[in-house]
Amino acid sequence: MSSIEAHASPPGVRARRLSMVVVLMAAAIAMALGRDMLPASLMRPPDWMILPLADWINAFFDFLRDDLGLLAVTRSVAGGVEALLDVTANLLYGKNRWPWLGPIPWSVIAVTAAVIGYALGGAKLAFLACGTFLWIALMGQWTWAMETLSVIVVAAPVSVLLGLLVGVAAWRSRRLAALLNPILNIAQSLPHFAYMIPVVVFIGVGPKAGAIVTIIFSVPPMIRMTLLGLQKVPDEVVESGKMCGATGWQLLLRTRLPTARTDILIGVNQVIMQCLAMVVLASFIGMPGLGQKLLQLLQALRIGQSVEIGLTIVLLAITLDRFTRAWALRQPVHVPRVMPWHERFRLPLIWLGLVTVAAGLSQVFPLLAEIGRVQGFSFGAAIDAVMDRVIVAIYPVTDWLHWFLIVWVFIPVRDAFLWMPFAAVLSLLAAVGYAVGGRRSALICVAFFGYIAISGWWDRTMITAYTVVVSVAIAAVFAFPTAIWATGNAVRSRRVLLVCDTVQTFPSFIYLIPMIMLFGANDVAVVGAVVLFAAVPLIRYTIEGIRGVPVALVEAAGMSGATRRQIRRHVLWPVALPTIMVGVNQAVMFSLFMVIIAAFIGTQDLGQEMQRALSSADVGKGLVLGLAVATIGLMVDHLIMKWASSVRPAN
Amino acid sequence: MTRMNMLMASAAVAAMTATIASADSSEPIVIPTHNWSSQIVMSHIVGQIFETAGNSVEYVSTDSQAVYESIRLGDVALGVEVWEGAYGASFDAAVAKGGLHSVGEHDAVTREDWWYPMWTKEACPGLPDWEALNDCAAIFATPETGDKGRLLGGPVDWLKHDQERVDALGMDFVVINAGSAAALWASLAAAERTQEPIVIFNWTPNFAEAVWPGEFVEFPAWETGCDTDPAIGPNPDATFDCGNPADGYLKKAAWDGMEGKWPTAYAVLTNVSFTNPQIAEMARLVDIDGMEPEDAAAHWLDQNADVWSGWTD
Repeated sequence: MSSIEAHASPPGVRARRLSMVVVLMAAAIAMALGRDMLPASLMRPPDWMILPLADWINAFFDFLRDDLGLLAVTRSVAGGVEALLDVTANLLYGKNRWPWLGPIPWSVIAVTAAVIGYALGGAKLAFLACGTFLWIALMGQWTWAMETLSVIVVAAPVSVLLGLLVGVAAWRSRRLAALLNPILNIAQSLPHFAYMIPVVVFIGVGPKAGAIVTIIFSVPPMIRMTLLGLQKVPDEVVESGKMCGATGWQLLLRTRLPTARTDILIGVNQVIMQCLAMVVLASFIGMPGLGQKLLQLLQALRIGQSVEIGLTIVLLAITLDRFTRAWALRQPVHVPRVMPWHERFRLPLIWLGLVTVAAGLSQVFPLLAEIGRVQGFSFGAAIDAVMDRVIVAIYPVTDWLHWFLIVWVFIPVRDAFLWMPFAAVLSLLAAVGYAVGGRRSALICVAFFGYIAISGWWDRTMITAYTVVVSVAIAAVFAFPTAIWATGNAVRSRRVLLVCDTVQTFPSFIYLIPMIMLFGANDVAVVGAVVLFAAVPLIRYTIEGIRGVPVALVEAAGMSGATRRQIRRHVLWPVALPTIMVGVNQAVMFSLFMVIIAAFIGTQDLGQEMQRALSSADVGKGLVLGLAVATIGLMVDHLIMKWASSVRPAN
Repeated sequence: MTRMNMLMASAAVAAMTATIASADSSEPIVIPTHNWSSQIVMSHIVGQIFETAGNSVEYVSTDSQAVYESIRLGDVALGVEVWEGAYGASFDAAVAKGGLHSVGEHDAVTREDWWYPMWTKEACPGLPDWEALNDCAAIFATPETGDKGRLLGGPVDWLKHDQERVDALGMDFVVINAGSAAALWASLAAAERTQEPIVIFNWTPNFAEAVWPGEFVEFPAWETGCDTDPAIGPNPDATFDCGNPADGYLKKAAWDGMEGKWPTAYAVLTNVSFTNPQIAEMARLVDIDGMEPEDAAAHWLDQNADVWSGWTD
């Protein structure tokens, strides 16, 4: 729709828009240049403008907790979750709870994973699954990994169920869907820490809090995919269901949901990925296992062992990702009833056999039941030694880079961001909004940053914005050439994409410590860590964008005599640009998340305040700060999406 | 069960707990662990002592500031390391809200102040005197701080007033706040590789003293009121013109309901007391020797039976 708007808007509208852009831009420049003469109320939001939002939110939460007695409700919900967690904890790592059966020997779990892998995707998946659990066992991380999984196997299904229910409800009620959309948008751009503070207040700490924060964080994509899947179901399918005489519920359960199966399973996949992304962060409020261990090891600077844990998380993520993908792509098979039962249940029988053997053997050889930390084959010390060497060897380079970036790039850019009068920033954003999407976009931009002005965190937000801008710019400098190089051939691009996946799934905390060792606890280390995350979507979407250009188009250009450079400039880039811009959008989102985490290096931005809010369990402050981060993300998202849809050639 | 019966039953339980020591609830005692090794090992030591007395114990990792809210609500039963400097404020705030109390102090004293590793002394021989440090300010300069020296402070939420001290004593230093303890250690480890002079915020007892020998900077000695009354300390016009107290407390905290629910364990907890060298040893077992915290705790209990056997009587 917007593409029609942009292309078909009459010349009068376009001229008016252009003049608004010029006026707003001129106003911004005038205010910036004449800042010495500007009244103080235009330099920074004046006191009367800043609303005590945090106090209001806190008052509201106090009301919920104390007057409405919500605490009793949340605590009893948490009690239910805890009961489930106790069962899985007993089975997986032998916590002293009902049903007192566990721990299941590691060999049994590895065999089970292999059989599931085989059932879903053949020998390849079986190897992957078995290999992952073998790695965990051999690295001596079994108990930690099972502590983590005991939470995930509860959190993920609950999240899927909740997402399905809400998704179906939103599909049935247009009004709910309309209400839900902005909430999901905000939820998906809120930094993780903002969620955790209310959870600590209402649920407490421990595995149950870890599970609940994981559920909250992973449910939005499930809701979205369920809704999307149901909306996509073709009318013909529903009609044929009706013709068979299905009632409303039957239509939903037997026709619509099965047809939307693939989308729903992609939602399941997303839920699992989000759960694994929360492993480390949730350990701040008591999630046991790998994440907690990772933070302890990092604290003692044992990077090598932290990397091993990081690899375990990546392997688990890859295995579960492949599992759910294989499941999503598989079409239901109809088993003829005439098959003899042992053939129909071939795999369950094989599984039963293998498990019996493994369980029996582990009774005889205890090493097959449990591998302790001591017997593990850790190579953490070797990683540490290599890293030490590297850090010392490249010290002259990093030292110079540190000096150069701080003195010539970071301090000037940061001062420029802080130097701008806030009214000039708003005016500038309004101009950008106008240029991209007309009055509506201009108003959206002003509203988003207007919130930041009244929240009282202007300077901090500017520092966050400066970090993100600098990081995305630096990431772009090497991400685009890397992506172009990678599109040279299919093998190369597959490898580069694999590296991207790994970098992204690797727990972000691990990057922080080596960055400090390389550059010191300062903005260079912060930007260094953020750049890694910003580069991943830039590379991925650029590769996908360029590879998505129709071959016929490139060939046609070649045949009309265009050189390779011309093809790249006039065909590849313009066609791929909308996809690449989606990558830029994602890069900004990832950077915002990472900047908040980089507060653990030492920053003076929103992240630092967020950390303070978490340690003082200040719900209001945490949410106000979280929304400030979310508004930056949402504004960039709006501008880029608007722009991309206006340049995408109308079909 | 009717209300009356319940009352009678609980009275009976109360009477029993008064006479029989083994009347602790069979519910697990939940002990919070944080993200530094000595605290984790100490929690496991205390937990394993409880277990020898027949209690069941569980550990949960939590944030070290937010934990006092959890103790207050009874989500966790106790805390083994309440630092005066770092957590005094959170602890006092939670006590004011009600629900937890102090169960005595360890023998160990805590100190938190500016600190440097030994290699720094070679570059600035006048140390540990603070005026000598100030004269060497230039060797601590970094690109962020220009020609002034850098103190790498702890996270801002530790509220350490380092900048106020720099101003009050007119020092040529800039305070840069690290975002976490891990960031402090990483910076220290990086400085060690190039033997670069560095001055950071540090504390004792702590594993760092076992890895990196060093000393605290000697500031004008702390006097009560130095933080509130400008007249106290060398600068008559400023507060914070002195060092931090050199003998802060290290307390144990317990949930108010603990004594009623696990009287035996509670009695043990009141007796528990560790010294600075013992705490440093716990950290060393994990951070240097690479033991797992639970193994380190078992090892320590094994080696130091004479220390703790008296606590369980």
